[in-house]
Amino acid sequence: MKKFKVLPGFKLTLGCTLFYLGLIVLIPLAATFGKTASLSLAQFWRAVASPDALAAFRLSFGVSFFAALANLVFGLLVAWVLVRYQFWGRRLMDALVDLPFALPTAVAGISLAAVYAENGWVGRWFAPFGIKISYTSLGIFVALTFVGLPFVVRTVQPVLEEFDVEIEEAAATLGANRWKTFWRVILPMVMPALLTGFALAFARALGEYGSVVFISSNIPMKSQIVPLLIMNKLNQFDYAGATALAVVMLVISFLFLFAINYLQWRSSRHRVQP
Amino acid sequence: MQAPSTFHAPRRVRRCGPTTEPLFVRWLLIAAALVFLGLFLVVPLIAVFAGAFAKGVGHYFHTLADPMTVSAIKLTLLTAAIVVPLNCVFGVVAAWAIAKFDFPFKNILTTLIDLPFAVSPVIAGLIYVLVFGAQGWFGPWLIAHNIRIIFAVPGIVLATLFVTFPFVARELIPLMQAQGRTEEEAARVLGASGWQTFWRVTLPNIKWGLLYGVILCNARAMGEFGAVSVVSGHIQGVTDTMPLHIEVLYQGYDSAGAFAVASLLAFLALVTIALKAWVEGKGAALHPPEEKISA
Repeated sequence: MKKFKVLPGFKLTLGCTLFYLGLIVLIPLAATFGKTASLSLAQFWRAVASPDALAAFRLSFGVSFFAALANLVFGLLVAWVLVRYQFWGRRLMDALVDLPFALPTAVAGISLAAVYAENGWVGRWFAPFGIKISYTSLGIFVALTFVGLPFVVRTVQPVLEEFDVEIEEAAATLGANRWKTFWRVILPMVMPALLTGFALAFARALGEYGSVVFISSNIPMKSQIVPLLIMNKLNQFDYAGATALAVVMLVISFLFLFAINYLQWRSSRHRVQP
Repeated sequence: MQAPSTFHAPRRVRRCGPTTEPLFVRWLLIAAALVFLGLFLVVPLIAVFAGAFAKGVGHYFHTLADPMTVSAIKLTLLTAAIVVPLNCVFGVVAAWAIAKFDFPFKNILTTLIDLPFAVSPVIAGLIYVLVFGAQGWFGPWLIAHNIRIIFAVPGIVLATLFVTFPFVARELIPLMQAQGRTEEEAARVLGASGWQTFWRVTLPNIKWGLLYGVILCNARAMGEFGAVSVVSGHIQGVTDTMPLHIEVLYQGYDSAGAFAVASLLAFLALVTIALKAWVEGKGAALHPPEEKISA
């Protein structure tokens, strides 16, 4: 496979890339793992398995999961509507889907907190039924759904666009109704992209901090997510505790990254040979 | 007919027949999607601007002219002015190395570049505290030499560099890989120098992808909250960026003031998605050549 290289700059660009990557990303991350290694096992366990940490993990994973699930369902719906139907305002809607990527999380946080408060524009419609959204875990769900919203839409959209209508025609010819075609033909084809989007939204929700702090009441043991707990430990100069929690989160994030890469590899393979 | 959807070739939408749904189902699905996006995107966006002017135009401009706000805006612009060019250059350099050459462990390198996306912003801040903070690796040395990184501007820049690290690179790598290296090789064979090849051949090919990455990188750099919050130390007028200043105002019960500053960032977000949509419209270049032909 040895080829004569015509293009210049291989050593220079690769060297610069590795140097900059090491400086900004790898060395600081290694420092975090190094710091954890300096903790005793008992210290580590006390930080990670303390009641408030366990409560935070439960809340973070639970709410992130449901937010990602909501995004899975509505993301597929939005992607479907954007690709398949013509209607007034479609282009605007398409562009607006990216808003959570572009809008700073702090802005989203204060705005969602205001809109979903008991006297807010949306919250007031739920208040008569005794449903409080802002400053409850439902509020955290709203914020996490917001930040994860574009992921499923943007992973599913290209797959639906490339989708060969002839396959659907074949299904119709063979006697399947639309509902059956959707479940048996379209959904399996979209599934890898859908799962990728779900995993991306889940991973993003787990790490989210900015929007949640404004809409959550942040009560320890009750409505404190893991990133907030890390922040609190830092503010109390409990670096060991913060680092231990951070390492657990990092390992989980890396597992997600591998899962996402695997799913993307599968879905791209799927798309090359439909 | 309407313009084509953002990314791909226009698709003719059938209005009836065996491969679409009955009219009322279509309307129901569109309505559900619109309600969802309305509740989660449109209403909060409008609420930012409504909140900003809740106490009148006077209070709005009073907040924006406040020295603390002005200093926050300046710091945010300064951070973006350092971070965006650095990550932009890195993105091009990394994409050149990865897309134009073969070497082992390339996939691992690409994954490592994406790593910051997987890291929670709070942890992104924390890792720099562990390196440069008083108790960190270089902490004692930095204190001895009277250099402040954490709770100072360099820390904010570093944390922002980290969170915006992959934006340009991940946009350019698949683009340049899809474009291949034949055009550059032809330029070289015809006698162009390395730089000439880059400026005259590569850059025109990737300019839309590059712009796309820069726009997203800039939006994140100006809006980053969690990571910056950890390393800033919240010294008003010195280490408060715009998102941090929003928090200060909000917790000081000046919600109209918080929304006033937020409205600037929300405006930036709108400009960002408008530019993004525009670049996507331009950017058949964002996609592999075979799709360009069908478009």
